[in-house]
Amino acid sequence: MRKPFLLLALVALTLGLAACGGSDGGDEDSVALADTALIPFETIETETVVTPADSGSGTDTGVDTSQVDTAAAEPTTVSNDCLKPNLKLKKKGVLTVGTGNPAFPPFFTGGTKSKAWELNDPATGKGFESAFVYAVAKQLGFAKKDVKWVAVGFTQSFAPGKKPFDIVVQQVSFNKKRAKAVDFSDPYYVVNQALVTVQGSKIANATSFADLKDARLGVAVGTTSFDYVTEVIQPDVEPRVYDDQNGAVQALKNGQVDGIVVDFPSAFYVRDVQLDKGLIVGQFPSTSEKEYFGVVAEKKNAIIGCVNQAIAALQGDGTLAALQQKWLEDRAKAPVIAEQ
Amino acid sequence: MSPVPAPDPLDDPFGRTGRRSRILAGTWRREGARGVAVALVSTVVVCVVLGILIVNAPGWPRVREFFFNWGELEDSMPQIAEKFLVNVEAFAIAEAVVLVLGLGIAILRSLPGPVFFPIRALAILWVDVFRGMPTILVIALLVFGVPALEFEGVPIDPLFWGIVAIVLVYSAYVAEVYRAGIESVHPSQDAAARSLGLSRLGSLRHVVVPQAVRRVVPPLLNDFIGLQKDTALLGVGGAVEAFRQAQIDQAAAYNMTPFVALALVFIAITIPLTRFTDWLVARERGRRQATGLL
Repeated sequence: MRKPFLLLALVALTLGLAACGGSDGGDEDSVALADTALIPFETIETETVVTPADSGSGTDTGVDTSQVDTAAAEPTTVSNDCLKPNLKLKKKGVLTVGTGNPAFPPFFTGGTKSKAWELNDPATGKGFESAFVYAVAKQLGFAKKDVKWVAVGFTQSFAPGKKPFDIVVQQVSFNKKRAKAVDFSDPYYVVNQALVTVQGSKIANATSFADLKDARLGVAVGTTSFDYVTEVIQPDVEPRVYDDQNGAVQALKNGQVDGIVVDFPSAFYVRDVQLDKGLIVGQFPSTSEKEYFGVVAEKKNAIIGCVNQAIAALQGDGTLAALQQKWLEDRAKAPVIAEQ
Repeated sequence: MSPVPAPDPLDDPFGRTGRRSRILAGTWRREGARGVAVALVSTVVVCVVLGILIVNAPGWPRVREFFFNWGELEDSMPQIAEKFLVNVEAFAIAEAVVLVLGLGIAILRSLPGPVFFPIRALAILWVDVFRGMPTILVIALLVFGVPALEFEGVPIDPLFWGIVAIVLVYSAYVAEVYRAGIESVHPSQDAAARSLGLSRLGSLRHVVVPQAVRRVVPPLLNDFIGLQKDTALLGVGGAVEAFRQAQIDQAAAYNMTPFVALALVFIAITIPLTRFTDWLVARERGRRQATGLL
């Protein structure tokens, strides 16, 4: 009879623990969303794509070539609720921003290595996303020294649950399903996919999707690049899927794949830094459901509304367009791979 | 003057078989019904308590949506099951090779005499190196490393090198299992074989190894369960197997349920093997006790 007694004691103990553990928590999540006007996506379209003259024969390439004059928009500033003293932050007075480590160009540049950041220290303000974060922080009333960076794994940035940061800025593309787990801001950058290969590859001169039918493509798992390959390009050969972009790049070097599909801005880093004889074959047309990068925050966190206000303000005064021009100017150099 | 009854040939001189096992069986029968009842009740209580605890956790609704989503399970299961065939193929090949290779290494390591020292040393090195490295590391090194050497005619298929890596790692484990078996065979067996005129190798082949292999079947199967699970690491090289497929579905759906689906698939295949292993262990023990070897 001793064992059942021990069991009952254990049960009683766990019940007791449960009673203690269940009583707290719950109130924290009920922060009301700040009442902010969301900016419709179309109004802040800022991409300035220049297609090469030879490909611009009047056909619809799918890439928006119109240049929106952002300077014409009404300059705005953020509301009082969104200023530093009124924000609910992980650490008072500090904007904690998560991003990937290593932080890659052209989003983070400058080459300042430190103990914590193995490629580019994001705190330099150099690179598109670094500059963007400091611009947003300035809008919200943070000084440069009030911004603290933490390294965050890509998947961790949009996994459900509590987060060790206020916002994440690491080229996280918006999609509806991700948005169920975390809150996304309005776009700060609209992305196309690009095809990278090495000189001499059989797809080095590809100009259309048909040229890619028999190509073995490599992509990183869980990326929009993966979705683009399987849903839009749809090659006959099953793509190889890697844990991250680095795996795909190594496979490209080894000849295990013919080419890799990455975000257009990443393509430059892959070509210039990771590959010896790298080649950007071209960028792909946008799908109807446009891909964009958004700032990510925990669900039901008022800060995302404030970030949207800041983005709108940066949009309004032309800062965002200028940052894109400055850090991502390379964008105009690759031809579009046609769907037909 | 009654004659002394002849000893029952089924009872051994120490009276260990027959009577005692009958008594043991009787005890089990008498305690059986109550034991089952107690086990049942306590299991139900534990399950209910755990269930209540989990369901009342503050994050439970979210966990249920993200991990136990029936719709996502239905969506992802067919693809995951299809890709699981890649894993099945991989572990079927790997296990066959490991079975032979592991024994080979164990025998090399058991070779007696100073002449064979270099071979023994190599076998030890093999075991030390491949057992000492995480499987995922060996896979990544081979899958990305060997093709980078650009040897003419050497395959670059990631699945091929992934399976090679698993074979290397598990042959090291299995070699140690075999070696334990070989060393568990009493030296008198070898001595007896030698006295009958068998050579050292002959004794190893005809007397020691057959006994050793029979003894290590349960731990061997144990390692095979591990091997089967480790095929989930093959995706590192880019080949889409069941785990990678689950990851793809997880990323697409923004939901962890595909992982749970894959867990179910793995469990469905490893549990029967686990039970089979248990049964073998029990049978082996039963045999030894029945023959009075222990």
